[in-house]
Amino acid sequence: MQKKSKKPLLRALVAALGFSATLGASAADPLKVGFVYIGPIGDHGWTYQHEQGRQAVIKELGDKVETSYVENVPEGADAERVIRNMAKGGFDLIFTTSFGYMNPTLKVAKQFPNVTFEHATGYKQDKNTATYLSRSYEGRYVGGFLAAKMTKTKKIGYVASFPIPEVIRDINAIQLALDKYNPGSEIKVVWVNSWFDPGKESDAANALIDQGVDVVFQHTDSPAPIQTAERRGVYSVGYASDMAHFGPKAVLTSIVNDWGPHYVKSTQAVIDGTWKSQDFWGGLAEDTIRLPISDLVPADVKAEAEQIIADIKSGAFHPFTGPIKDQSGVEKIPAGVAATNAELASMNYYVENVKAELPK
Amino acid sequence: MLLSLEPRGQQSRAMLWLSPLLAAVLTLCSGALLFTLLGHDPLATLHTLLIAPLADWYGVSELLVKALPILLCALGLAVAYQARIWNIGAEGQLLLGALAGSAMAIQIIDWDSRWALVWVVLAGMAAGAAWGGLTAWLRTQFNANEILTSIMLNYIALNLLLFFVHGPLKDPAGFNFPESAMFGDASRLPLLSEDGRLHAGLYFALLALVAVWVLLQKSFLGFQIKVLGLDRRAAGFVGFREKRLVWFALLVSGGLAGLAGVGEVAGPIGQLVPQVSPGYGYAAITVAFLGRLNPLGIVFASLLMALLYLGGENAQMTMNLPQAITQLFQGMMLFFLLACDVLILYRPRLKLKWAQRKTKANTEALA
Repeated sequence: MQKKSKKPLLRALVAALGFSATLGASAADPLKVGFVYIGPIGDHGWTYQHEQGRQAVIKELGDKVETSYVENVPEGADAERVIRNMAKGGFDLIFTTSFGYMNPTLKVAKQFPNVTFEHATGYKQDKNTATYLSRSYEGRYVGGFLAAKMTKTKKIGYVASFPIPEVIRDINAIQLALDKYNPGSEIKVVWVNSWFDPGKESDAANALIDQGVDVVFQHTDSPAPIQTAERRGVYSVGYASDMAHFGPKAVLTSIVNDWGPHYVKSTQAVIDGTWKSQDFWGGLAEDTIRLPISDLVPADVKAEAEQIIADIKSGAFHPFTGPIKDQSGVEKIPAGVAATNAELASMNYYVENVKAELPK
Repeated sequence: MLLSLEPRGQQSRAMLWLSPLLAAVLTLCSGALLFTLLGHDPLATLHTLLIAPLADWYGVSELLVKALPILLCALGLAVAYQARIWNIGAEGQLLLGALAGSAMAIQIIDWDSRWALVWVVLAGMAAGAAWGGLTAWLRTQFNANEILTSIMLNYIALNLLLFFVHGPLKDPAGFNFPESAMFGDASRLPLLSEDGRLHAGLYFALLALVAVWVLLQKSFLGFQIKVLGLDRRAAGFVGFREKRLVWFALLVSGGLAGLAGVGEVAGPIGQLVPQVSPGYGYAAITVAFLGRLNPLGIVFASLLMALLYLGGENAQMTMNLPQAITQLFQGMMLFFLLACDVLILYRPRLKLKWAQRKTKANTEALA
């Protein structure tokens, strides 16, 4: 009995305290920003870069935000719980950073109309759910240019994850650069069916090098292909994070995903109340990708690469400018026209000179 | 001062109950020490880990959602383990259940009738049982060690699932992303309440719980299984047919794991994805032993396991505690729980000196 009689008093006290606290601090209340990660923050790849983005938000916005993350969240039944718990826990803005979180994110977003969600790499939006991804093909094109200039065997290798449009697009971008700057060069693709599997990635890189490849690209997150390239004495192009230190004699450049600028901008927009749902594609122009070019590349080639980067940034050049044909010779993008986002988002064909067969 | 363990000769009834309590105290103390050393408030952290996840009905329902697949797998494993048939393949049996259930659900994606769900669940259970049956066949036919075969079948099951989710079962409208289409509503497990994700799989788990309890504690078949587990030769002498029991145990444990798998895809996930299970089949092995192969014990153990997962997420979210630390805490708790069970069969003794081994003359005199 005694216990029971105490409770209402306690509750009232807590309520009073809470009320005065909200009254006093409503203007300066920090925005709570949550991040859901697929891997460990120390993976040196995908998740590591998102964590850097979170750090950038803290650095830029300081007291205005309060951030938190959950790492290693599996894409199965657990994702929905983690996302919902964040929404329930008073988070105002939640970034879900892997494709497999798409359906859980949208489901939770429906139940929490006042919370803002941003889902990386997905294709479904809602009133309070935006999507964002990086135009990594811009980086691949520049990487393809460097490969075209540096290759001796005219064979370029690609350690690929899954045959989704993003990966196919990037393979095509490299082939287009090869066609332009070193015609007759071809790209060889090995699918490892994983985003992070150092053993398989390294096997794939070895298999490619055995076939005469002398520049290895990767669309996976571990530094294993780079380390393999370094050991075998060939060049490589890193992905996700700046991987130069894993292969100082191998890495020509890395296509670095820099999510910081987008995270800061979105967070600021939510604070200002100007946030709108969108399908954000961040490329070189938006600083979502960066390309630190190594000194392994001769100065004149480097200068030319910087010029291509500048042209892409200014909009003077788009890597997917027609005429672009698929492998059977059918024209997909007419001459003089740049591919639209929708065309890029659903790209499911290899361009003309890719000598591989697309897995079905 | 020396601490030694002496065999008790028989189980200590008191320790059956005291050992989990002792383990809880030890876990809480060392956990508090760990958090204090890391500069967190120990009480607040323990509260975040163990109590906050259950603060409301929603939290409890999520706990049940998380515990269901572990519970189903562990109940099945208990049947096999009582017979000393070491089925390590619950993970594979679960994945195959999920795969077959999904294949069925995709086939009948347009159906409106409630029979759709029945077919999906049956397909999942049958596939899980068949996968367990494969291990039984290898063991009874070729005398192949079931520990090895069932582990290896896990990898085969995982790669089968990956093949199908990247190939034949891929959503045609999904831009080649590795996941199936969302199932039709008729093949989804109905929710038990509007708010939350608790689904009809709960009834399956309760049914399985009762069935396994009756089987192990009350039935002649269960008696045969236990005799087989205690002494294979004795079971042979009284005429219990070992091969049939091996088949039975592995079919039951595979079927329940398959049910767990199909419950995940038809329940909270709603489609086939590459990551159906974050290792439920392996967690279930720990849970089965933590529950001492007793159906009721397994219920508590699976709830505890689920709570540890939920608490870990909660601590990351609200206290920015790294996952490694919460996993360390989880590991400590499981270690203490299993370690304290030693006290059931052994008596700790504090002595001043090592006990002298009795001399030969002494023993002979005694005899």
